[in-house]
Amino acid sequence: MLARIQVPAQARQGEIVTIRIAIQHPMETGYRIDHFGRRIARNVIHTLAVRFGGTEVFSADMGSGVAANPFLQFHVRAQASGEFSFEWVDDSGARGSERATLTVV
Amino acid sequence: MRWLAALLCAPITVLAAQPSALRSGLEFASADVRALQADDFANPGMLWVDRGAKLWSTPAGAAAQSCAGCHREAAVSMKGVATRYPRFDREAGAVLNLEARINRCRSTRQQADPLGFESDELLALTAYVAHQSRGQVPIPADDAASRAARERGREQYFRRQGQMNLACTHCHDRLAGRRLLAETISEGHGNGYPAYRLEWQGLGSLQRRLRACFTGVRAEAPPFGAPELVELELYLTQRAGPLRIETPAVRR
Repeated sequence: MLARIQVPAQARQGEIVTIRIAIQHPMETGYRIDHFGRRIARNVIHTLAVRFGGTEVFSADMGSGVAANPFLQFHVRAQASGEFSFEWVDDSGARGSERATLTVV
Repeated sequence: MRWLAALLCAPITVLAAQPSALRSGLEFASADVRALQADDFANPGMLWVDRGAKLWSTPAGAAAQSCAGCHREAAVSMKGVATRYPRFDREAGAVLNLEARINRCRSTRQQADPLGFESDELLALTAYVAHQSRGQVPIPADDAASRAARERGREQYFRRQGQMNLACTHCHDRLAGRRLLAETISEGHGNGYPAYRLEWQGLGSLQRRLRACFTGVRAEAPPFGAPELVELELYLTQRAGPLRIETPAVRR
């Protein structure tokens, strides 16, 4: 699954930094019907979790109300250098992950 | 007598008030859609551009050749390329748009199967190549065959068609800026395509957008890649004049 993440490479101690993630995903609602009248199975990214150095700092439970190609943004206070890990899973069981390092100077 | 003088002067005033500046579809979009396009991270079209960058250096076909194998850095070699399409291609003996040019490169150089119309792969590569020309002004092709094709496209633009008996010009020249139910009618320029449309929840080509208009006036939409659509694209490129390429644009 293709995703773009934006984490500043460096931050000052105590600075509030913006973290952004965009994932390419159809976010199929499960309410649509195909050309043959069959229901298209729901397939949304239902869980996304972001950990910093192993501790969860952000998580999202999403449903069929979220548009395709979800774009999320949140803020964290930079305390120490470490690695962000982003992990998400959709209804079809497909998993995605990304990593990024933040250095506190 | 004053009213007569005013009446006689009126046509001259109307002529002088002809709008001269062309407006990109972006100017007809709401503030939040404009903000989405302005931010390269939030712009969902950039997901396809990123995928295109990956495909650019991925070998494909019997020749196991990647785009980068011949063209190297797209940022250098593909800069300004999108400004020259669609144009007549002598080898192919037809007018090709950017998508068709990429597919031709695939079949002749990579010996790979052409990518399907509106497939994520073809849209991604097209968006990636066109993105290298963002901010540049298209240069309409000026050879005899391209000019003839453009003239056919122009004729089509002004020809009434479909059950609604409308030509492109009726909405996009006469009624631009007015409302069509919930939509604001734009001037119909294709300078942002392939574009991310919120209605599509994905990226789509200019041909997909044109086909939607054909359906809208209840005319029979030509199939993807049909000469009529390419000729119309060619005419629209010239019609959009100095508007800069915005790929990947965001539209409603």
